[in-house]
Amino acid sequence: MKRIEAIALAAKAAQGQNALLVCNIGFPSRELYAVQDRSENFYMLGSMGLASSIGLGLALARPERRVIVLDGDGAVLMNLGTLATIAHQAPENYLLVILDNCCYGSTGSQPTCTCLGTDLEKMASGAGVTSARTAANAEDLGLALEGNGVVIAKVEPGNADVPVISLSPREILTKFMGAALSTVSNQSMRQA
Amino acid sequence: MDPTLAVFRGLKRAGIDFAASVPCVNLQQLLTMVSEDPAIIHVPVTREEEGVGVCAGAWMGGRRPVLLMQNSGLGNSINALASLDFLYKIPLLMIISHRGCEGEPIVGQVPMGRLTPGLLEAMQISRFSPAPDQAEETVAWAWSLAAAEHKPVAVLLDLQFWRGR
Repeated sequence: MKRIEAIALAAKAAQGQNALLVCNIGFPSRELYAVQDRSENFYMLGSMGLASSIGLGLALARPERRVIVLDGDGAVLMNLGTLATIAHQAPENYLLVILDNCCYGSTGSQPTCTCLGTDLEKMASGAGVTSARTAANAEDLGLALEGNGVVIAKVEPGNADVPVISLSPREILTKFMGAALSTVSNQSMRQA
Repeated sequence: MDPTLAVFRGLKRAGIDFAASVPCVNLQQLLTMVSEDPAIIHVPVTREEEGVGVCAGAWMGGRRPVLLMQNSGLGNSINALASLDFLYKIPLLMIISHRGCEGEPIVGQVPMGRLTPGLLEAMQISRFSPAPDQAEETVAWAWSLAAAEHKPVAVLLDLQFWRGR
């Protein structure tokens, strides 16, 4: 499976589930922007490694709202402690999808440790994530996108030919927060 | 005024309802109080940079976040503060135990302790170092500033502060 295909599957699932979708820096965000731009997408433009943490904070802040994170193998290896924090907090509304292409795809496809045998599923399990699993193909990933916890999606190296994101950081955040907080305002309106 | 209680009251006055933390011995009572407060979601993290990410997400989800840490963790957080909080204009209150200054018994704390004020200055992060009797007001004010200007703000509390001076 190409990474952009995995991203398209996740984007479709997120839309169907009215989920917030936090996406890793670099080509993954560009690919998501190209396949399905929604206000519910948060495109990271910096802070490599923190997609899973941003998504975790969101999921804990808004337990009524489903949150999906699209992260990468290189980025998770940069912030491995996140797996332990996710395991201990274990919010039911949170799914971390690690798109594992065995390389740093946005910087010239230098190999990561996962191409040498580092097993992110075992690392997540070892950290205490009870539902860690690996999706080897689109069908597995489709099923995993219905669940929570951590899934490692094996994807091919390589980036799609997609443009840079034409939104400013402020525009990304304003749109995203409008979408993230809309359920709350709707609920308050109903209660009022 | 007990210094820990003053900081905690400042957090409550600011309406802080979300905390990420990495421990420092000077924060231990504060961490207990934050953990036991049902109105505050407390997420112990493994590294301060991770806490910057968790707090940014919490703010996007409508919470008022604080990051509780030692100044050593500021060094672990600089890229995240710049390329997440500054970039998107995300507010954050940081309560930082400042080690490595006057009275520090551990030599390993000294280099980062000396560098900390300059690092905050270089990053143009406002910092406040109140005495305990001013801490409640200062902590609440620091959050107001972070929220109004959409940026991280630091309350830097040294060994003398935690000894009640």
